[in-house]
Amino acid sequence: MELLVASAIGVMTASGVYLILRLRAFPVILGLSMLTYAVNTFLFVTGRLVINRPPVLSPEAAGYTDPLPQALVLTAIVISFGMTAVTVMMALGAFLETGDDRIETVGDRPDGGPDGGPDGGPEDAR
Amino acid sequence: MSHWIILPVVLPAMLAPLIVLGMRHDLLLQRVASVAGTLGLGAIAAHLLWRASVLGPEAYLLGNWPAPFGIVLVNDRLAALMLALAAVLALIVVLYAIGSGWDRRGRHFHALFQFQLMGVNGAFLTGDAFNLFVFFEILLIASYGLMIHAGGGARLKAGVQYVAYNLAGSTLFLFALGTIYAVTGTLNMADLAVRMAELPPGEAALARVACVLLIIVFAVKGALVPFQFWLPATYALAPGPVAALFAIMTKVGAYAVLRFGTLVYPPEVAATGGIIAQMLLPGAVLTLVVGMVGVLGARTLGRMAAYAAIGSMGTLFLAIAPFEPRASAAALYYMVHSTLAAGCLFLVVDLIAARRGDDALGSDRAPIAQGGLIGAFYFAAAVAVAGMPPLSGFVGKLLVLDALRAEPFGMWLWAAILGTSLIAIMGLGRAGSLVFWKPHGAAAEAHPAHAPAQPLALAALGAGLGLIVALTLMAGPVTGWLGATAAEIHTPSIYIGAVLGPAGG
Repeated sequence: MELLVASAIGVMTASGVYLILRLRAFPVILGLSMLTYAVNTFLFVTGRLVINRPPVLSPEAAGYTDPLPQALVLTAIVISFGMTAVTVMMALGAFLETGDDRIETVGDRPDGGPDGGPDGGPEDAR
Repeated sequence: MSHWIILPVVLPAMLAPLIVLGMRHDLLLQRVASVAGTLGLGAIAAHLLWRASVLGPEAYLLGNWPAPFGIVLVNDRLAALMLALAAVLALIVVLYAIGSGWDRRGRHFHALFQFQLMGVNGAFLTGDAFNLFVFFEILLIASYGLMIHAGGGARLKAGVQYVAYNLAGSTLFLFALGTIYAVTGTLNMADLAVRMAELPPGEAALARVACVLLIIVFAVKGALVPFQFWLPATYALAPGPVAALFAIMTKVGAYAVLRFGTLVYPPEVAATGGIIAQMLLPGAVLTLVVGMVGVLGARTLGRMAAYAAIGSMGTLFLAIAPFEPRASAAALYYMVHSTLAAGCLFLVVDLIAARRGDDALGSDRAPIAQGGLIGAFYFAAAVAVAGMPPLSGFVGKLLVLDALRAEPFGMWLWAAILGTSLIAIMGLGRAGSLVFWKPHGAAAEAHPAHAPAQPLALAALGAGLGLIVALTLMAGPVTGWLGATAAEIHTPSIYIGAVLGPAGG
């Protein structure tokens, strides 16, 4: 159980980090979503892994699971959902305004020109 | 329990939806409401400042739930100071935005502006670490909207970068909070301070991991090298008044480092010890160097101002890093100064860019309209940013240098601060002569381009520079008050007693 949860969090974080290092907006957004899944699972288990226990007081319960992380996860899910929506809208806006969905801005390119570097680098093969 | 403490959050939180829903089609009404709200915030902040100085720290229990279980807001001297600083900067910025017409170039400027203030104020007031995350998200989501205000391809692209970077930062924040909760079982900052001090040695490793993660998150907000990459493009491409308002956002990161470093992770805690100082100090020196070299190397005025903001964060973090009262007092003085100075520099740059057509540094233009006055403003803002006498940047740097004298490697820190100041003076001087002097030689026969005088924008900027002058003149009483503030934050038992009650500490 511990191994399953821990490796799931690890794999999701790793794929999220890999994806946000891509140069196109779409993989970056996917990567951010992946990271939020990882962190939500992580938050969920910070109250320790407890199975089949009630979170609130009950007379016949043998033990309890911690309810607070579950409340925190709910907040985190709502916020990350809203943030993902905002990111998608902004990325879409940038794509429609400029015609490509590269992440880097004009000022970041070494020559400072309007569109440095030829299209069709390895980052196009997504 | 005083309800004044929650007003800085409630007022903008009520006003912003009102502006969106009720005044959507009436810009004049929006402007009146926004200015009135910001003035109200200033009045509330002044009252809270008075309360914190006279009555000491006070806790506000939301829903009247007792402290470690419910969410608390805490008004102490540090929080009140930051609230007042945010309100003053916001007033200057909102007046400038109205005077320069920036709020007309897109929709919902004033509503987003108020939401941003709500997030900033909440972050300063909250006494709960998870609540701090929530307020960070509020101020960020509003800042995303403000950043791309008025649109444009380059701005939207920079906005996407900014959002992606900060979302990754937020995820890290959640990881840090989860680890903290797993180790200590609480997220209330005062309760956290108590439990960190009593932490069993076996838990120390996880506590250190949480501490480092948290400081990295605050370093992202505070643009500490190597986490500063989001800042130059964002600040340079954001609308001028928005960039000026963002000057308070990096200070939120500095505030959080100062708060956690003195309350939750003071150097006396065995588990973390001086780990924050060890991370901050080299980062701060690098930030200083990167920022000021960036000022010299920037090819546009916007980037120059952005790098100047990074450099000032370097000085600020240098003063925070020792975590001792005298250095913290110097850091607070420099924080007030650098917020106002960076805000003014962004506004001057915006005035220049509006008159030149863009903000590229070059001498092949006609002299700008109102060049004399704007040149004087630029000169004053540059003097303040570089930390030259006679303005408060000089006093601030002097205090920081004095506080760092006793530190190990103190002389090297002096060399870093003084050397980078020289680089900044060169960079700012070069930009000033390119913009204001060279055009007169190269294109003396060309008529200055026509531009409306925008008296309100110029007055708002003048008021900001006036405040810097006032801060210089009042340096004695201000540093006295800030010394008491630093003494208060370095005695965590005062804060803990206010939140958990006398028995809790």
